[in-house]
Amino acid sequence: MTSPIETDVVIVGAGPVGLFAVFELGLYDLKCHLIDILDKPGGQCAELYPEKPIYDIPAWPEISGQQLTDRLLEQIEPFKPEFHFNRMITGFRKLDDGRFEVTTDDDEVFLAPAVVIAAGGGSFQPKRPPVPGIEAYEGKSVFYSVRRMEEFRDQDLLIVGGGDSALDWTLNLQPVARSVTLVHRRAEFRAAPDSVNKMFAMQEEGKLDFQIGQVKGLTGSDGVLQSALVKGPDGDVEIACTRLLPFFGLTMKLGPIADWGLNLHENLIKVDTEKFETNIPGVFAIGDINWYPGKLKLILSGFHEAALATQAVKRIVSPGEKVVFQYTTSSTNLQKKLGVA
Amino acid sequence: MTKISIIAFDGTQFDIDAENGSTVMENGIRQSVPGIEAECGGACACATCHVYVDDAWAETVGAPEPMEEDMLDFAYDVRPTSRLSCQIKVTDALDGLVVRVPERQA
Repeated sequence: MTSPIETDVVIVGAGPVGLFAVFELGLYDLKCHLIDILDKPGGQCAELYPEKPIYDIPAWPEISGQQLTDRLLEQIEPFKPEFHFNRMITGFRKLDDGRFEVTTDDDEVFLAPAVVIAAGGGSFQPKRPPVPGIEAYEGKSVFYSVRRMEEFRDQDLLIVGGGDSALDWTLNLQPVARSVTLVHRRAEFRAAPDSVNKMFAMQEEGKLDFQIGQVKGLTGSDGVLQSALVKGPDGDVEIACTRLLPFFGLTMKLGPIADWGLNLHENLIKVDTEKFETNIPGVFAIGDINWYPGKLKLILSGFHEAALATQAVKRIVSPGEKVVFQYTTSSTNLQKKLGVA
Repeated sequence: MTKISIIAFDGTQFDIDAENGSTVMENGIRQSVPGIEAECGGACACATCHVYVDDAWAETVGAPEPMEEDMLDFAYDVRPTSRLSCQIKVTDALDGLVVRVPERQA
């Protein structure tokens, strides 16, 4: 195990609100590490609607999700935040010295006196396709991601979906698997045209099978898959398979945070409206993931919450130090931190 | 006002006076039609406001744009007249429109 990363604040989630928190905390000399399950910053803005215009960011009559992310990254650059992407938080506990220990599925350990949860709608996780009884096969015959290709060696694979994940794994697993069938509900794909062309070429060479349809049911026992029933344009077809890989996009779940002992309100974290602190002192929640009377899930509300939470975080991280409120327009001190003075 | 009807999976029919320019999804949410979830709030970024357009209305409502068609890949039991209700804008031409909610959203 690597040595723990000691920092002032661990921010859970690198969406717009988590990013802006780096700015507010940075003005008070607080160093931040951000952990996100996605492979890039921006959260929903970057993952769900990078091209979609947002019309309610103050002073931006229109800005896209990706532009907003890029602007925020530019704004927080002076504070040198450190990002840890593709990580899921697996452990959380309070230590005797008052700090929190946060561990990830990559075996990193973070130690910080304050934790700010800015996890939006929760962590992005693969969507379970609506196939009756699929739960019984998960982890044994049904997988939503490929960790090791070897696990699919000499198996009869059924891959479902029309995006890049489905096509990439169809192409990559074909040489390893005994057989590969790709099922998608139509002949058009969201995936990169190059991958689609390669797939069709392999089909012509007889290396794999492509079928139009939707998976309706599974047959097997004790989690061991034998076949899938696929509803196609010409009726139902039974496809023999031992492994099913459905790629139906991502959904958001509160995830392991639900087990931290935080008070929840309908899967959202309850906070006060002075400090946006949770029932665990030192743990804050800002943005879409929190709840208080009157809460609105707006990016601008999350920005406001970040600024207020910062005041309380500073008092925890630097006890005894006077917290002086200053304006970036007039404070030379703040301007130095921003690298403009 | 344009009259539209959303029929829930259990057969309950919701007759709604819809404002032109609003989406079928928005009207479904306002009337709390069961099965219209609209997780993403109408950004065409999920597939949880999936409806079947009544055959008689399919042509008038029209086919989905490519982006909506892509999102429909994530929906459950997609049929020839499947649409995402957040992408159907109410106009005078849709007076009397009937859509049905599927058994479940993805």
